[in-house]
Amino acid sequence: MTWEPVIGIEVHVELQTDSKMFCGCAVDFSAPPNTNVCPVCLGLPGALPVPNRRAIEWITKIGMALDCQISTRSQFHRKNYFYADQPKNYQISQFDVPVCHDGVLEVESEGVTASVRINRAHMEEDTGKSIHVGGDGRIHAATATLLDFNRAGVPLVEIVSEPDIRTPSQARVYAQTLRALVASLGVSDAKLEEGSIRFDANVSVRPAGSTELGTKVEIKNMNSFRSLEKAVDYEIRRQSEVLESGETLVQETRHWDEAAGVTHGMRTKEGSSDYRYFPEPDLLPLEVDEAWQREIRSSLPELPSARRSRYESLGLDRETAGVLVASDDAMVAWFEAALDHGADPKLSANWLTGEVVAYLRRESREAGDLPLTGSHLAELAAMVEDGKLSSTAAKDALQGVLAGEGRPAEVAAARDLLQISDASALEKAVDAAIEAEPDSFERLRSGEDKLMGFFVGQVMRASGGKADPKIVTAILRQRLTE
Amino acid sequence: MPIDIDIAHVAQLARIALGPDEEELYRSQLGVILDHAARVQAADTDGVPPTAHPLPMVNAFREDIVRPGLSHSDALHQAPDAHDGYFRVPPALDVE
Amino acid sequence: MNLVDLTIADARRMLQQGETTAVELLEAVVDRASLTEADLHAYLTIDHDGAARAARQADERRAAGDDDPLLGIPVAVKDNMTTIGVPTTASSKVLDGYLPPYDATVVKRLKAAGAVIVGKTNLDEFAMGSSTENSAYGPTRNPYDSSRVPGGSSGGSAAAVAAGSALGSYGSDTGGSIRQPAAFCGLVGMKPTYGLVSRYGLIAFASSLDQIGPFGRTVDDAALLLDAVSGHDPRDATSYSGETPKVADADGGAGGLRVGVVRELSSQGIDDSVADAFSRTVDRLSDAGANVVEVSVPAADLALSAYYLIAPAECSANLARFDGVRYGLRVEGDTVESMMSATRSDGFGPEVTRRVLLGTYALSAGYYDAFYGQAQRVRTMIIREFESAYGRADVLVSPTTPTTAFEFGAKTADPLSMYMSDVCTIPSNLAGHPSASVPIGVDEQGLPIGFQIMAPALEERLLFRVMRAVEAVAEPVPRPTFAEVAT
Ligand SMILES: [Mg+2]
Ligand SMILES: [Zn+2]
Repeated sequence: MTWEPVIGIEVHVELQTDSKMFCGCAVDFSAPPNTNVCPVCLGLPGALPVPNRRAIEWITKIGMALDCQISTRSQFHRKNYFYADQPKNYQISQFDVPVCHDGVLEVESEGVTASVRINRAHMEEDTGKSIHVGGDGRIHAATATLLDFNRAGVPLVEIVSEPDIRTPSQARVYAQTLRALVASLGVSDAKLEEGSIRFDANVSVRPAGSTELGTKVEIKNMNSFRSLEKAVDYEIRRQSEVLESGETLVQETRHWDEAAGVTHGMRTKEGSSDYRYFPEPDLLPLEVDEAWQREIRSSLPELPSARRSRYESLGLDRETAGVLVASDDAMVAWFEAALDHGADPKLSANWLTGEVVAYLRRESREAGDLPLTGSHLAELAAMVEDGKLSSTAAKDALQGVLAGEGRPAEVAAARDLLQISDASALEKAVDAAIEAEPDSFERLRSGEDKLMGFFVGQVMRASGGKADPKIVTAILRQRLTE
Repeated sequence: MPIDIDIAHVAQLARIALGPDEEELYRSQLGVILDHAARVQAADTDGVPPTAHPLPMVNAFREDIVRPGLSHSDALHQAPDAHDGYFRVPPALDVE
Repeated sequence: MNLVDLTIADARRMLQQGETTAVELLEAVVDRASLTEADLHAYLTIDHDGAARAARQADERRAAGDDDPLLGIPVAVKDNMTTIGVPTTASSKVLDGYLPPYDATVVKRLKAAGAVIVGKTNLDEFAMGSSTENSAYGPTRNPYDSSRVPGGSSGGSAAAVAAGSALGSYGSDTGGSIRQPAAFCGLVGMKPTYGLVSRYGLIAFASSLDQIGPFGRTVDDAALLLDAVSGHDPRDATSYSGETPKVADADGGAGGLRVGVVRELSSQGIDDSVADAFSRTVDRLSDAGANVVEVSVPAADLALSAYYLIAPAECSANLARFDGVRYGLRVEGDTVESMMSATRSDGFGPEVTRRVLLGTYALSAGYYDAFYGQAQRVRTMIIREFESAYGRADVLVSPTTPTTAFEFGAKTADPLSMYMSDVCTIPSNLAGHPSASVPIGVDEQGLPIGFQIMAPALEERLLFRVMRAVEAVAEPVPRPTFAEVAT
């Protein structure tokens, strides 16, 4: 039987506000444990939460970017479950009326564009961090848990998709597209490695053609886009095999084991997921009225989809535009700065998505650490346009810039990459080539046009590749008329 | 209406360990209280919205400004067990 | 006359005229406490050092020209409000020895006003109860008859003011926890409009119902105590942010006011002595020019039932934080789950356990709509009926309690009968309206009787005007007496 995968993704995004969701403690993940805490985020008796206005604005931005409906009035609920790193043993979250609902995200993968519907985006607070110690680092054999509450109460936006995703690659691209979207809004640094954006996938399979949903399994602990894709792929195969063998699946949460490339069932007590949601009595209803919505909408930056269209209109091909938009924030920043300095869009985009990305990967460096600027890219592009650098020499010069050797002009000079465009010098070289091969030149004169390339090549070789072929060709044409 | 309460499940949700005698006592006491409380079910509340807050107010916010919280020693001062700047608890059975 | 028998208003006049000092007033109430505490147990903690320091500072401030209304007045605070460095237990074993690192907003305001906080008073554990018998540290006794309860849950705050071990005090009222003990102890007790006094630092029982309010021996004293702590607090999102009604000068008599007697709260199940004293007072109000009408709030009959779903549901979440992880009691276990379960089992008394279980059940899957959801809809009905009643009357009145103070153990075996003693007071909490109890006399055993007055939200000035009118026509309630110990 052919099994059709049905995939939905839940994303948690930590907002990079200055202070936490419900108290004035700093959002700072580099601080020593339990140093950014107060009575509110430690859940001390008597303390009360007061919501951060900016977080409400930012979740509204996210919702608008996802084409969501914004609830004019929404409400916080308490989600009750005991866990040691959750100070109050309930999480302030949202339930039946989230801030944002019913949106959509276009996802383009393997040549297919799909609309993934967004069920909701709601506001909640993060938990503290648990460190399981002892037992040689194996969680199940741990001898104690250490708790750090610096992260407790950090604003968290949960974005839940409808089960509209059908392939592992689509799941990965959905996640990447969403990450790029959130990053473009400037509301989160959205780093997977640091857990500031986290993805869980709900995966089920059903016989192809069926419209019913199969038994859903939630998979957690994927900390890269690749592992998300691999975990979803593994889970689809596992579920298909279980059903193929005539057995049934259990609804459960499974953990992705990156090293082994498999998912494991987690030990959870039965019935522990009765969250007993009820309206948070310590908080008033939220009202994001039309005027406030207009104000927030007017502060939205250009979204990735609009940016991609703009880049295409500048002459970039669809794929390059897409790669650029979905890549690191620094790439987009370089590109925009290059445009501001009047650089050729296609050249700059190709260098960024080609040489620069390759350099970062080869040297294992962070984009933010490179000395590259938008004006460098503009200078480089201008040198190519002016015939001072060949396209090959330009890439060479770019390597030098990335390595910190200076501005493109300096690097080109130092590495002796500049094209010879001095007409008198080139005329001498052309005349020397004609003198060396008089017969061939006569054949060219009598119409054997392919010999033009031969003479250009001769001059280039003689100049060590630095002659500007355009000027060489022009001089040769001049000689033919003489 | 007779109310059948799975008291062990309720106690598990509430994280309160109960002995068998206690389970029986609370099961019967809760039954009596709920029987009385169930009178609300007889009320005709068609079209009546629920009230979560007594006063009709909305939108109390704080601005996104960092304010000093507790010192590290105040934060850990009342901890039953602390280690290395962390609160310490026994290992978890349910691991997430 | 002993200084401890002064009203706050009189003590203030004496302080202003240099006839006494804050240090003397504190010494007097502490002396009284040493006489009465062994029997009454109004206090869980007397903060001798902190209070002495505050009294000295108050005298210095007065010498420097300060004349804040509560400057130098010894007051007591219920032990469910946090106090920096002073044990705060909410009468629970789970918080035995707990030292908060911050002051509740009310405590902060009292300190700023120069009040002298004598100590922390006893209560039913986490304010759950109507007799102060549910304290993990032993009950408080009624100063009028030590075989009887002082009421609850703010029994300690009531007993202290009645006994003279404080001149005024603060309690919290979730379903009547200020008004009922005020009635039992012959005091004025007042629950403000929800949101008028900050809940920041009040250890939550039921967050949508809890309000802090004062106990005084007179309406004037209650007014001074309320004005000192009311007003918007940015740390409490549910705090009222409009203009604060201040009540110290709210007067004007009963003339021309429409006073509505709530039928559902004044007839059935009220003891004769209470009912008689109540109707005599209503008649006197009428004689004083009030327009007495009878009003009906049918949903009030459902208030108790709705309350016993809403309050436990909220408390089941509010008390989840007591888990042995960050503070308070920990009972060791092999796993964090067993540690938490053992801690909570050991740390909570029977009434708290009962309500946490009840609330957990009422919120759990499949029961929410039938119980919690329906209770919240009934709450809306109650609010609407009160609103329409306020179309026919300016204020509503009833007895505060069906009975006078009952004996120890009389209601402990049957939780429901204990809950019934709050039947008259609960509707105001559900509606969020201000409400007060004013003493109107004593029964044949000499036990005080309370008269409840309810007003629309934020109509504290109207409420205090009527409280003063009731006080003016009330029969006398003598101060309790204590045998002086030979020194
Ligand atoms: Mg979540
Ligand atoms: Zn904090």
